[in-house]
This record gives sequence, C-alpha cells and structure tokens, in this order.
Amino acid sequence: MRHTRQLTALIVALAIAVAGCGDGEPEQTGTPETLTILAHDSFADAVNDETFATFMEETGIAVEVLGGGDAGSMVNQAVLTKDNPLADVLFGIDDTFLSRAIEEEIFVVHESSLIDVVPESLREPENRVTPIDYGDVCFNYDKEYFADSGLDVPADLDELTADRYAGLITVEHPATSSPGLAFMLATIEQFGEDGWLDWWGEMKQSGINVVSDWETAYYTDFTRYGGESPIVMSYASSPPAEVIFAEEPLDEAPTGVIEAGCYRQTEYAGVLSGTDYTKSAGELVDFMLSVEFQERIPETWFVFPANQEAELPQTFVEHTIIPDDPADLAPELIAENRDAWIDEWIAVMEG
Amino acid sequence: MRRLRWGWVAVAAIPMVFIGYFFVYPLVRILGLGLSELSIGASGVEERLFRVGWFTVWQAVVSTILTFLAAAPLTWAVSTFQFRGRRVAMALATVPFVMPTIVVGAAFVALGFDESVVAILAAHVFFNVAVVVRTVSTLWSRIDPRILDAGRVLGASNWQVFRTLTLPLLRPALAAAASIVFLFTFTSFGVVLILGGFQYATLEVEIYRQAVDLFDLPLAATLAVVQLVGVSGALYWYSRYQERTAVAWTLERGTNLRRPRGRAKWGVATAVIGSLGLLAIPLGVLVGRSLSASFYRDLFSDDRVIGTPIASVGNSLLFAIIAMVLATSIGVLAATVITERSGSLSRWFDLTLMLPLGTSAVTIGFGFMVALDWPVDLRGSYWLVPIAHALVAIPFVVRSTVPTLRSVPAETREAAAVLGASPFRVWREVDLPLITRAGLIGAGFAFVISLGEFGATSFIARPNTATIPTMIFRLLGQPGASSLGMAMALSVVLAALTAGVVLTIDRARFGELGSF
Amino acid sequence: MLSVDRVDVAIDSKRILEDVSLHVADGEIVAILGPSGSGKSTLLRAIAGLVDLADGDVRWDGQTIVGTPPHRRYFGLMFQGYALFPHMTVAGNVGFGLRMGRADDIDRRVSEALSWVGLDGFGPRQIDSLSGGEQQRVALARTLAPEPRLVMLDEPLGALDRNLRQQLVTDTRAVLEDREVTAIVVTHDREEAVALSDRLALMRGGTIVQTGRLEEILETPADDWVENFIS
Repeated sequence: MRHTRQLTALIVALAIAVAGCGDGEPEQTGTPETLTILAHDSFADAVNDETFATFMEETGIAVEVLGGGDAGSMVNQAVLTKDNPLADVLFGIDDTFLSRAIEEEIFVVHESSLIDVVPESLREPENRVTPIDYGDVCFNYDKEYFADSGLDVPADLDELTADRYAGLITVEHPATSSPGLAFMLATIEQFGEDGWLDWWGEMKQSGINVVSDWETAYYTDFTRYGGESPIVMSYASSPPAEVIFAEEPLDEAPTGVIEAGCYRQTEYAGVLSGTDYTKSAGELVDFMLSVEFQERIPETWFVFPANQEAELPQTFVEHTIIPDDPADLAPELIAENRDAWIDEWIAVMEG
Repeated sequence: MRRLRWGWVAVAAIPMVFIGYFFVYPLVRILGLGLSELSIGASGVEERLFRVGWFTVWQAVVSTILTFLAAAPLTWAVSTFQFRGRRVAMALATVPFVMPTIVVGAAFVALGFDESVVAILAAHVFFNVAVVVRTVSTLWSRIDPRILDAGRVLGASNWQVFRTLTLPLLRPALAAAASIVFLFTFTSFGVVLILGGFQYATLEVEIYRQAVDLFDLPLAATLAVVQLVGVSGALYWYSRYQERTAVAWTLERGTNLRRPRGRAKWGVATAVIGSLGLLAIPLGVLVGRSLSASFYRDLFSDDRVIGTPIASVGNSLLFAIIAMVLATSIGVLAATVITERSGSLSRWFDLTLMLPLGTSAVTIGFGFMVALDWPVDLRGSYWLVPIAHALVAIPFVVRSTVPTLRSVPAETREAAAVLGASPFRVWREVDLPLITRAGLIGAGFAFVISLGEFGATSFIARPNTATIPTMIFRLLGQPGASSLGMAMALSVVLAALTAGVVLTIDRARFGELGSF
Repeated sequence: MLSVDRVDVAIDSKRILEDVSLHVADGEIVAILGPSGSGKSTLLRAIAGLVDLADGDVRWDGQTIVGTPPHRRYFGLMFQGYALFPHMTVAGNVGFGLRMGRADDIDRRVSEALSWVGLDGFGPRQIDSLSGGEQQRVALARTLAPEPRLVMLDEPLGALDRNLRQQLVTDTRAVLEDREVTAIVVTHDREEAVALSDRLALMRGGTIVQTGRLEEILETPADDWVENFIS
C-alpha cells in the first residue's frame, strides 16, 4: 500500500508545517522576548515600526499587536480566552465595555508610575485599567452649507429641534454604532432619565435621519460628500482629519465641531491577568502613557492624549475644539441600563 | 470493498481532520461555553427571536427566488450561445460577488435606496447573481443537444423543451445554486445592517449584537444553535433532494454553444447588456467617486497604515492563492469521499462541509480564539486567514465537483482497475482529469471568495496583513476626501482584479479543454 | 488455468450467483451463454475481483486470488459499454494498462495492438470521434494490449448492428486465436457464443446449468429449459 504511506507522510508533513507556524509556549522567565497587545483594529492598523521602537530599545522586548476586530469583539475575545490569553496587554477598551471586563476579572491591578499626568476625571479608581487616550463624539457641520444658507450653527441640543434644522441632521443607530450609542448616552446625561426620550420624540417629529453606521452617515448623508445632512454625528477629531487627509492641501477645515451634545469616550489599557509577565506588561502600559507615545496619538489614531504634558499637533490646535464639559456616564451605569435604554429609544424612534 | 479501506481512510482523513479541527471543534467549544447557561425564558426574548427568525427565513427565500429570476436571462445567454464577449460578460457578472458590503451598501444608499426591505432584497440579488450564473451555466452548456433535438422532433416547442427537458436536467445545478444563495442570504450581515437599519435584523445580526455588544453569550449561543438548526435543516432537505433527483447522464466533453442567429441575436444582446447594465449601476457609483488620479496615486504612497493601501493587494492575492489551493485540494478529496460511499455517513459529512457557509462569522471567529490554542497556539497565526477563507470556499468546490464525479460511470473506474490501476491510480488517472474542469470552477470561486471575504477576516487578520476589503474598511473609517476617494479607488482595483482573475481562470479552463 | 469453485455472490443482500463452478483451461475460450439477468456479467465481475464473494473460491493455477485486488490479478475485462476513458485519446486508452504495468516500449506495443484490431494509425484520435464499431475495436485492443493472463469479454458485440457483428465476430475470434489467449466471452446470442468459443457454459438464474461443446449439449440437454434455449 505505497500510496497509503505517501498520504500518511503528507499528513505528517502538513501537521509539522502547521505546527511550525505557531509561536510555541512562552518560557516562564522574568523578561519575555515579545509582548503582545490585543487591540481593536483601528488602533492595530496604524501601528508601525516606530510606534514601539523606543520601548524595544530600552527593554529589548519586541511588541506585537493583534487586531481583534471592533472594540466589542476585542473585549469578547479577551474574556473568552482569559484562561489562555491571546495577549499580555489589552488596549482600547472604553467605558461602554469596561464593566463587563472588570466583572470577568480579566485585568490585574497596575498603578502606573505616570498616572499623575492623567486628569482625575479619566482615571479608573482602582487602577485595574490605565487611561491612554480619549475622544469626543460630537456633531460635525458642513461649513460651506452654513455659509451658503445663512443658517446659524446650532448652539445646544434644544435648538436642534427647531424647524429650521428639520431634515438636516443625521445620527447613527445606538444599537449598531459606537458613536450612535455615545450620543444617546450624551442625551441621557443632558436631559436626565426622565426627559431624554422627549427630546428624541421631538427629533423624530422633525425628521432626524438615523443610519446604521458612521461610514454611511459621514460619506453618504453628509452634505460635504453629496448627502442631504449638513449636521452629522461624528468625532471632534474629524475636522483635523479632513485637513490631513484632504485631496488637495487645505488651509482651513471644511467642517466644524458643535460643542453641544458631545460625549467623551476614554480608552484604557490593562495588563491581562493570564500573562506570565505582569511586570514587563506594566512597563509597556507605562510606555503608552509616556510623552513620546502620547504625542503620536492624535495624528495616528485621531484621539486625544490622556497625558496632559503631551502637546497637541498644530492641525488639532487649529481645526478642532476640545469641549469643556462633555457628557460621560459611569461604566456601571451604562452596563446596567444600556440594553433597556436602547429598547426605549427604539420604542420611541421606530415604534 | 474491504481491501480499499486503508487507502480510503487516508483520503477521507485529510478533509475530515481539516473540517473537524478548524470548524467542528471550535464550533463545539464556543457553543459549549455559551450553552452552559441557557437563557431562553427571559421576558420578551422569544418575541424578538420569533420576529428575527421569521424575517431571516422569508427574506432568504424571497432573495433566492428573486436572484434566480434576475439571473435567468444572463444564464440563458451564456449557457446557450457563443458570442463575442461571452467570457468577459461572465467575469463582469462575478465582480459584485466580491465587493465589500460596506461599499455596496453605501452605493445603494447613494442610489436612493432608503433603509427598507426592498433595498436588502435588491442588494442580495446584486451580490448573488454570479452564483446562479456560474453554477447553472456550467451544467447547462454541457447538455447534449441531441436530447433537446429529440424533444423538438417529438413536437415540443422551445418553451416546452426548456420546461420538460432542460429544467429537469439542470435540477442538480439549480438546487446547488439555490442552496448556496439561500445560505448566503440566510446569514446576511453587512447588507442587513446597512440597508435594513435595526428593524430588520437577521439571526446573524442578532448573534453579533447579543455576543459583541450586549455580552449575552448564552443568548448568542442559543441563537447560533437556532441558526445552525435552520441551516442544517435546509441542507438536509437539499442533500435528500439531490439524492432523489440525481439522474446519471453523461456530460458532454465540451460545451455545446451555438452562435445566435436572427431573433436570438437580439435576445442575447438584450439579456447581456440589460443584466450587466443593472449590475453596473451600483458599481458606477464607486467608479464615479474614485475618479481622480490622485486617489489611485495615493494608494501607492499613503502611509497612514502599515505599508501602503496597495500592499493589501499583495496580501489578498497571497491569501487567495493559499485558500484556493487548500479549498480545492480538500474539497476534491472530500468530494471523492462523498461520492465513493453512499449512505448516511457520507451525507452527514457532506452536510458538515456545507455548514461553514451558514455559520456566522462571529461564531467562527470567537470559536477560533477559544479553541485553536491546542495542540499549538495558532490564534495569532497568519494561516488562520486563508484557512477561514478555505472553510467558506470548500462547499463551492464540493458542490461543483460532486455532480461530475457522480456522472462518471462506475465501469470507467473498474476498467482502469482491471487494467492494473491501483485505487490511487484510478483516482489520479480517471477521476482527477474528469473533474479538473469542475474543480477549476470551484477553485475560481474559492479565489474570489477569499478576495472578498470580510467578516471572519476582520476577526483574525493581523494589522500588517490587511486584505483589500479590510483595507477598504480602514480607509472608510477615517474622515477626509482622500480617505473616501482611496477606498473607492481600491474597490475599483478589487473589481478589476476579480474580473481579471475570473477571466484568466475561465480561459485556462478552455485551454485545458483541448486535452479532453 | 482458472477455477471458479462453488461461488456465491450477493449484492444488497440479494443473491445474484449461487454455487457457480467453472474451469477454463489455458488457451481455451469459453462462452457463457444465458438470457439477460442470469448473472453472466456478475460472474465476470467476481472473477475480475470487482465484487466480493459471499462464499466459494476463485483460483488461478491452483492459487486462490480471492484477496487480490482487481489491479493485481492481471486479467483483462472488456465492458459491455466499453467504458473507454473519454478524456484520453485512442492511444491513451490502449496504452493505459501498459503504463500501469510500467511496460517498456509502450508506443510500439500500442500500435501493435491497434493493428491486431485493424485500426492502424488511430492512436491520436479522440474517443468521441469514433463509430460504434471502432469503439468496440479500441476496447478490445485496450483489453488485449497488456497481454493479460485471462481475457473476459462482456457482450463484446452487443450494441452493434448485424452486418458489423458478423464481420467482427470473425475478426475477434481471429485476434483471440492469434494471441493464444485464455478467454471467457459472455453473450446472450447463441450464434455468437458458438462462433467465438471452444466450449459453452449455459447460465440461468445465477447458476451454471450445463457446460460442454455445442454438440454435446444438443445431444444430452440437462433439462427442458436447456433444450429450448439452445435449439
């Protein structure tokens, strides 16, 4: 049965080939050769050779970044694999998912040596996770549209219910989109649990446009890209991005940020409890809080550095605002009520 | 046949181990995690479940029917006639199949389709026309014209010939295409999210929402089981149907295309131009938005992500080649196993191979993460990307080769055996050459599936190995005119690449015909 | 020398052959004659190793070959529908057995085999360009080319028209005799059986009812059925 032997050899060869691609078991020593960060794709995608170069030089530890899909699926992967974690550090978890991760005890406490440079409001009280950056979800408006129409840029959420803005506003669905959820939370904080649905009810009357995701809102419905809404829910960092990613160089951002209705999303890094290298992983988290790394943040990931000593690049200073008092709900409150709030929202908007 | 057992076991082992380790095992692990605490019984869950389940089923059925209706004219034209541009037409019809849903969704919205069931159905038809055209025309073009002539001589009109002869003979291909379109639309995700809003969730969307957004793994697992049961039910019906209606008839070696004459010429022209025209409208939106030399130039120089956007083309091609080789070799072995043995074991094996088509990307993605750390930790490996693609592509290879294998008369193999060919030689000398054509069709599908796959890839691709669809998604995730322009330009590159690859494979197929 | 000894064959628990015994001496040509459905083809398949025996033994030169797979029996079987390989040329078909046996000088032996059946120069032709008679000859050449120790022909002329048949009966017999092969020919046609063989074996209902030369059987038929069938 010669062919049987050939096939057996083939299977064995295949198995060895596959096995050869795995990374093998890490050695149980104090310093690893490589530390792995599990992050959401939008972070992982923009990591390049320089991002962690200094850390590698100083410690001799290589850093590998795994993209785990969007923030939600990344956190799920971390929870599902907590017995044999995919990585040593998790990065990119925000308030909406934090309670769940903490409940599952996937992090070990790590008090960063640099934590003092982070404003109190961003910190997690027990230091299970370390804030690295924050981003504000805000309404953007099309400057050209407002200049041409002579309409005033609305100053607060109540004003948006006025007839003159009817049919001009696009937001994302809170059940399918992260900025959509953030804005819903912002309205809950501003109007309170008793009043927020009334505001949405009025918005529904005036024909607010709800789409499933940010990409559709921005690139299809925004007047800047040929749509019919001069006001869309986006990010405070979108105008600087418009300048950086312009087709032809621009002096001024074509879009602006409306300060009302902003919601602040803080992104944290945490040392995963299953890691064999708690100490080195902690050092990596600290590095992410260092000025060098923090100053990379705006132009690489279009969010804002948590470290107050980090300087913002010129494009950010010129083309956007950092809202004074954005909404920000406690993670536990979000975890507890999110589903019910979404259901109530759906009842009003789609019922 | 007792003496074949060891060889058979060896052949069967490869596809079984592959599908067992990379699909069944992760599936069992992830569902096991979720089902340890069942969550049926929570208030209001059943009502939504029922609504979602009902919508999932009916939209899939309607989408499948509409896809067949929409694909009929083009399928007829390319299966019956030889005309200039025939292969180009087939290649162009394949392009929508690989387009990222987010891009197509945006195009449909831009065309004025509001969030509605109509938009969902239209997009499903747009994506799946190629499945029907390619699967059905392969068989149709090889029907012995003498059978049809016999019908005409017996007094049947063209329509009667079609209804009483062509259609029944095409049944295996129609059923195969219907099952694939049904599964694709049954598990539709992106289209339903973008064009359906939240009102029209499918089970797939609900699984994602429950698992990822609401952390209700038990409910997600329950839903995944409901989805699997639905998919298995459909597949079981399909495999029984296949067995009942399988007619052994000798396929023609070559195709039996004739040149259109007279009125047929106009019919072909209308069918081809009309079908391609409709498919081209959403694609036209992309091309229009990509039109600026700077967008295409920037694909080579933009450095906001690792490598350049154009580097994703290299990654995609590499993954697609690996996925194609994996899917084709494993699919052909699996098809051999399925046709070698009849009975319930091979039916269940066949069914299991089809299941990945009907399993949500979340389930597969999470399953990989939970399960594939043993015996070696594959979870961060590049190989998972082509392996995940191959899982989805294997059913295409199996579906396109099984009918041909079944049509090879047993005596042909026995003749080879009596002439001194060992079972392996019989397979290599008789089965393999006879299924090369069908295998190439499957391989072509595997290639384009890999080019277009997004859901599972986004879970497992590493940042520096982005594929074209994940790169498009990244670019679209950032504000700015050049982000949008480059995303559209890259979509056009993907479309051109797909058309080119399909054309090349089709041509290779025809070149190879000479040796038949 | 082939010995089939009290062979039973069942397919899907239906008994097809029952207690069949048959001996074929070296160089002898035996025709198995019987109505359709009498188990003739199954007997050939059992000898070739394509179906399993439920009971009994098949021996070659006294050695049992029951466990030997078909490809190691070195027998030739010409199928009723010829079972030519559609994806190979005439030469590819005829040379197939030689290639499997790793023979030398395949090209020469293929043209030789083609000339036995009067198809010189047909090597490069495609199978589906051949007429029915030509296909029959290719199938015969394919069966004979590897010079098997036993040749089995299943209704070798069954599908052909009458004129052609008369011509080919003569040709086939000549080829078999020239090659001095040991052969079993299955047919339902008495004339053909007589013309092609040295000895007849009459088969009915899965069993062999009588063997012998035509004259012997005519003289002492085993029963009424034999008498009716043979005359």
